[in-house]
Amino acid sequence: MEKNQSTALIFELSRSGRRCARLPVSDVPDAVVTIPQRFMADAPPALPELGELDVVRHFVNLSTKNMSIDTNFYPLGSCTMKYNPKRHERLAALAGLADVHPLQDDETCQGILGLLYEMQSYLAEIAGLHGVSLQPAAGAQGELTALLVASAYFKDKGQKRTRVLIPDSAHGTNPASAAIAGFDAVQIKSQGGYVDLEDLKAKLDDRTAVFMITNPNTLGLFEKQIATITKLVHEAGGLVYLDGANMNAILGITRPGDFGADMMHYNVHKTFTGPHGAGGPGSGPIAVRDMLIPYLPSPLVVRQGDRYTLDEDRPQSIGRVRSFFGNVGILIRGYCYIRTLGPSGLREVSDQAVLNANYLLSRLKDQFEVPQGDRCMHEFVASCRTLRREKNISAMEIAKRLLDFGYHAPTVYFPLVVPEALMIEPTETENKETLDAFADTLIKIKGEDAAFLKEAPHTLSRSRPDEVKAAKEPILRWKPA
Amino acid sequence: MSYVQNTAEQQAAMLASIGVDCIEALFAPIPSELRLKRLLDIPAAMSEIELTRHMTALASRNRNASDSVCFLGGGAYDHFIPAVVDAICSRSEYYTAYTPYQAEASQGSLQAFFEFQTLICQLTGMEVANASLYEGGTSVTEAVLMAAGVTGRHGRVIVAESVHPDYRSTLKTYLANLEPKVTEVPTPEGFANPDDIRKVLDDQTSCVVLQHPNFFGCLEEVEEVAKLCHAVGALLVVSFDPISLGILKKPGDYGADIAVAEGQGLGNPLNYGGPYLGLLACREAYVRKIPGRVVGQTTDRLGRRTYALTLQTREQHIRREKATSNICTNQGLMALKAAVHLTALGPSGLRETAHLCLNKAHYAVAQIETMTDMRRRFNRPFFKEFTLQSSVPVHSLLEHARDDGYLAGLALARWYEGLEDCFSVTVTEKRTRSEIDGLARSLQSAVRHGVRAVMA
Ligand SMILES: Cc1ncc(COP(=O)(O)O)c(C=O)c1O
Repeated sequence: MEKNQSTALIFELSRSGRRCARLPVSDVPDAVVTIPQRFMADAPPALPELGELDVVRHFVNLSTKNMSIDTNFYPLGSCTMKYNPKRHERLAALAGLADVHPLQDDETCQGILGLLYEMQSYLAEIAGLHGVSLQPAAGAQGELTALLVASAYFKDKGQKRTRVLIPDSAHGTNPASAAIAGFDAVQIKSQGGYVDLEDLKAKLDDRTAVFMITNPNTLGLFEKQIATITKLVHEAGGLVYLDGANMNAILGITRPGDFGADMMHYNVHKTFTGPHGAGGPGSGPIAVRDMLIPYLPSPLVVRQGDRYTLDEDRPQSIGRVRSFFGNVGILIRGYCYIRTLGPSGLREVSDQAVLNANYLLSRLKDQFEVPQGDRCMHEFVASCRTLRREKNISAMEIAKRLLDFGYHAPTVYFPLVVPEALMIEPTETENKETLDAFADTLIKIKGEDAAFLKEAPHTLSRSRPDEVKAAKEPILRWKPA
Repeated sequence: MSYVQNTAEQQAAMLASIGVDCIEALFAPIPSELRLKRLLDIPAAMSEIELTRHMTALASRNRNASDSVCFLGGGAYDHFIPAVVDAICSRSEYYTAYTPYQAEASQGSLQAFFEFQTLICQLTGMEVANASLYEGGTSVTEAVLMAAGVTGRHGRVIVAESVHPDYRSTLKTYLANLEPKVTEVPTPEGFANPDDIRKVLDDQTSCVVLQHPNFFGCLEEVEEVAKLCHAVGALLVVSFDPISLGILKKPGDYGADIAVAEGQGLGNPLNYGGPYLGLLACREAYVRKIPGRVVGQTTDRLGRRTYALTLQTREQHIRREKATSNICTNQGLMALKAAVHLTALGPSGLRETAHLCLNKAHYAVAQIETMTDMRRRFNRPFFKEFTLQSSVPVHSLLEHARDDGYLAGLALARWYEGLEDCFSVTVTEKRTRSEIDGLARSLQSAVRHGVRAVMA
């Protein structure tokens, strides 16, 4: 069916004079004359003109050209593509939540403030930390916010610490956030999938502000030396930051605060199932230890008796990292998730996420090289290095061919420390049948002809976009012929 | 609730395949002294029925733009959202997909984002746009960081005080440990006087940031400021209101170099502040300095028109600490909403929307000035938002109106010294003449009430 659908752009469907949305006739006098001519446009922007049916048909047809959680298994490592409950969508759309203006007086939005206050406290408890800011819009902004908090903290203590240490297996946002926060990012080596303690020791000194660690790390391993690492960093006077992208593995099992982290971010759009929206929105709240609370962005929600208010009077705060309160719509979904799962349900999430990942690993470990061994937490990273050397089949070939079988590809070529990486995260919401079928497919693909794989996918509407050309001669917008 | 599907027998079979006898064994790598030996201290699980009851109760404790008449603005607006926007964007093929890393499996979103980028270019008159940033404040900030990269100037950034206070504080937070220093230009007349900008503008300045229409609703002398900037090699960064471009001159036509915006008004509900939509468009020459995801058109193996994420060497996953920005997850779904919204409006719909806003806002101010002794604080042209000076304490005035069912305006005292007696009122296309008349009556009675209170 897909083949017959138009791939025209909305601009190419446009016909002068067509309309979709209609506005009411004005019931007040015309005021345009009051605006000086120098501010006025000669004509409105040349947007496309379509009828309502064509608008709907265009975008609905486009939607069918996507893979999504609701249509396909989506084992994209590090992204925690779990089922997004429909009840969350319905409840977040209630007028009493969705239509609340961010600058309404606190008295007029006690319901939302109460929810956000509770969310702060749940996230503090799950982290084993003491204060929470819900403001960051995504994980990367959470990282930056926490690093600015750390910087303000050290400034107050009169310490000049200029470096942030980051393992080579870390996500790219870690060093990028460190740079914006004004730190030098210093890379720490990995050794057998874990932090190289010798390298860490060599680089730790009184210039170290923060050590950023992802735990479980991006290889899907729990950092077994974590207690030693956090002790070393603390002895050097530094703070430990936990990149919480992998919290799905440890909910209610161990808490970052308990293993020595001083600050962390959550990705509500991963762990707490905010739908990812083909790119966003996310929500990246941070949790911190008590001595860092004064520096958190303003406002925080505070409770006085049975009233909730936004506290902006926080003189040591780093300030805001965005306008208004935060990505509240996503926080509401996360709140619904936590309330419907409860303490045992959250624990079950991690149990089952880890079970599913290990099961899939057990099905694949004899077929694919998994440098980090035969156990993992919520995800694992296979390597196609040997496959590539021996059969000329790369991770990209496997990824693209999987699409033909109706599976979204795993994350490829990340983490950078594993050559030809295939990073697989099944999540807890998939069943054994799906995992089995996926494993069978991977094994089958591995036996296919390399030349055939180089041209995969074979059954989708597009195959192998020329990325070099896209970057060399960028075409970033449609232009009239 | 539980979303786990594996049955007890399946779990047993899975454990056997792994070679352990219980799930607990899989957590062996976590040292036992680090384990939480109790359940998390959070409330017990609820069923869907209970959750719905609970959430409905919470929602009922919030006044909102559906049960009150909303005249609030300040960067978040109660604009009309056509039904097609929600219908399309609640397709789960869109909202449950991840960032389109695998182009072949994401042509739907990729084409939609390519269309979004084009629509933003058409809207702004700029040459390129990215596929979204977080929201208005970080968009201003990213534009300032980008301007430093483009000009190679890491000295001064000039920002008008009429720019949204949240955007300015976001910018200062981000710049805390970076080189550029912010010089704020006071705006006592409700706009940034070009003469005041000229006084601080120098050849070390990377950019001037204006918001147009600004936080008070007033129009800025953007064209003149653009000329001043260009004369010293600085860039003009303008934060615009997308709806205003139905009638106001486009940033590309008045000389803006980087145009950014809060795009919430394009199809996104108020949501108590987020998720919103950061827009960023600029000149083609800066394209390799742009922050965030960008979708490009290319061809596939068989020569077919295809879309893919491109120019990725700017981004954090490749450049790490040298990336143009740290952004990864953006606001994709909001960009899709904006694309559908702009398509649904089309040129006529956008123009009519802007006209209605302008006319109704001007009608509102006339009514209020006729019926009360309140006057506009600034003698400047404005679009849909205006600032009034109150003769009675603003807080009680707004409270009075609230009791009458109006979210009447924003008290400016919390942001601006000297404007303690002022509040801003926004009128969108959704407001009717009778709602505006009602607001004016409510304010009138509040003023009378206030006068009585003072005399008593
Ligand atoms: C390990 C890790 N860290 C950080 C991030 C950044 O989070 P976000 O995309 O929410 O900004 C991600 C997600 O992409 C991640 O996988």
